[in-house]
Amino acid sequence: MSSTIKESGDDRLFNIVNHVILFIFAITILYPLIYIVSASFSSSAAVVSGRVWLFPVEPSLAGYDAVFKHKLIVSSFLNSLFYMIVGTAINVVFTLMAAYPLSRKDFMPRNAVMALFVFTMMFSGGLIPSYLIVKQLGMIDTRWSLIIPGAIAVWNMIITRTYFQTTIPDELLEAAQMDGCDDWTFLRKIVLPLSGPIIAVIALFYAVGHWNQYFNALLYLKHQELYPLQLVLRDILVQNEVDASMITDVADAAAREGLRELLKYSLIVVSTVPVLIIYPFIQRHFVKGMMIGSLKG
Amino acid sequence: MEVTASRPEAVSRTDRRKSGLAVRLKRNFAERWQLYILMLLPLIYLAVFKYVPMYGALIAFKNYVPTKGVWGSDWVGLKHFIRFFNSYEFVRIMKNTLLVSFYSLIAGFPFPIILALCLNFVKSASFKKSVQMITYAPHFISVVVMVGIIVQLLDPRVGLINTILKALGFSPINFMGEPGWFSHIFVWSGIWQNVGFSCIVYLAALASVDPSLHEAAVMDGANKLRRMWHIDLPSIIPVAIILLIMNTGHVLDIGFEKILLMQNPLNMSSSEVIDTYVYKVGLASTAINYSYSAAIGLFKSVINLILLVTVNRIAKKVGQTSLW
Repeated sequence: MSSTIKESGDDRLFNIVNHVILFIFAITILYPLIYIVSASFSSSAAVVSGRVWLFPVEPSLAGYDAVFKHKLIVSSFLNSLFYMIVGTAINVVFTLMAAYPLSRKDFMPRNAVMALFVFTMMFSGGLIPSYLIVKQLGMIDTRWSLIIPGAIAVWNMIITRTYFQTTIPDELLEAAQMDGCDDWTFLRKIVLPLSGPIIAVIALFYAVGHWNQYFNALLYLKHQELYPLQLVLRDILVQNEVDASMITDVADAAAREGLRELLKYSLIVVSTVPVLIIYPFIQRHFVKGMMIGSLKG
Repeated sequence: MEVTASRPEAVSRTDRRKSGLAVRLKRNFAERWQLYILMLLPLIYLAVFKYVPMYGALIAFKNYVPTKGVWGSDWVGLKHFIRFFNSYEFVRIMKNTLLVSFYSLIAGFPFPIILALCLNFVKSASFKKSVQMITYAPHFISVVVMVGIIVQLLDPRVGLINTILKALGFSPINFMGEPGWFSHIFVWSGIWQNVGFSCIVYLAALASVDPSLHEAAVMDGANKLRRMWHIDLPSIIPVAIILLIMNTGHVLDIGFEKILLMQNPLNMSSSEVIDTYVYKVGLASTAINYSYSAAIGLFKSVINLILLVTVNRIAKKVGQTSLW
């Protein structure tokens, strides 16, 4: 909009109200996050007595110390990394394998196959039949149970397909075919190199999904050594089951109680930071990906 | 999606009409077999993990015995459904499910739109960017951590909210232990977590508004509020309707994992919903009953599907916007 037109009084008032509303949104969302980070760096006494408001009080790293001394947290952190890396790789490959043919007009059954995919978004057999399948395939209590049953998220597949359709012109394919390029070569040499942004977006979505998933682990895993981080977090944060082994060096019951609260704040920070670190880098891409996927889909 | 004959090929039209579907498929396969091979693994995945469970849902009409398999077990008709409808849990579970779902659907609807409309009129790029960064962030927090945060902040003794209440002279409230608070906590924490991310779609819709509309409106002396009301808002209504349709279709399975985590014996009377009940009856109880549990799950899926189709039809009639 041209800046030569002078803003009227109405518009100035509008701007102020607009900024105030946005400010309220931002503060409401930011404040609890700041509080949690500050609490995690405070002393347990300050947290328990409610003296933390904004900045850390009596700064200490006791909470983080307790987090990294906890055996199960470290091992499950590594498990989660494994599920995230292997799972995301499989997700991305499967999603591309489905999305690419479905984006091609000369793939004859594409509407029928697409319908098969879309239908699963609206109707599902339900929890029990899905569980029974995983059980029959012998995947219970294996790492595969967290990776294979969710190999494709239909929504991500649709976004990817739409991206292919809108960014790769038909003429490019025709030209390549003229030069004797077959479909695989075209996919490998032309489509994939042009699809960096969308691959980054779905990889982020899948990676976050793997990092954050707990329910499948709750259903399918019984051995503690396979547990992902979220399942251990659930025991500590939600069920309040804090392993006594890590607070052995604290004798006093009150101090132990305080450390238990402090540990939770530190744990929230430790488990969330990996995801929050990646996302600003991909943010630019995912806004674009979401736009393409949701509007032109 | 228009389905037209994609590329004029050497085959003439009459030729094409003569040859049957099978022949055409065969020819397409011969030419494009590589695409079919690519599609193979995803299709197997789809069949095994999505469609076999749909077939497996048949056990809702049977007395499932694992050794006999889905097909071999005896038919019992609607026995499990009737048992569920007559059970004393039924009314309570349905009430909780509908309350929590529609509450989050309705309360969560306007906020992303307001946020997007406001963001759209911000001139300073850095302010806009920081607001977006901040509001998106909670979306990436896992359900477990989210519930952990809720529990910590609402803790009756050491939580932030109760510390504030105490400072203001009120007596502390045991939020997680009171059934009356459950739906409010669930819904508003959900809005807190997702408002920024949900607004992306609306921002995208606003970005596609033709700038000349705004220019013309400025010429006519419209102020910003009027332009927001008469240009921006109408342009995001179609997107909003589609999202509303999609969300209505999933109204019964909103936030199951979060509800399961937020449940405790004290708030159970208002926190038990269909999904958590299915999980408990089918997988977490000592006397596991697969068939009964599957029946309840199937009941939910069917209601969801009916809702989705109905809402879509209404939207098509009213606003000429629809999902398909």
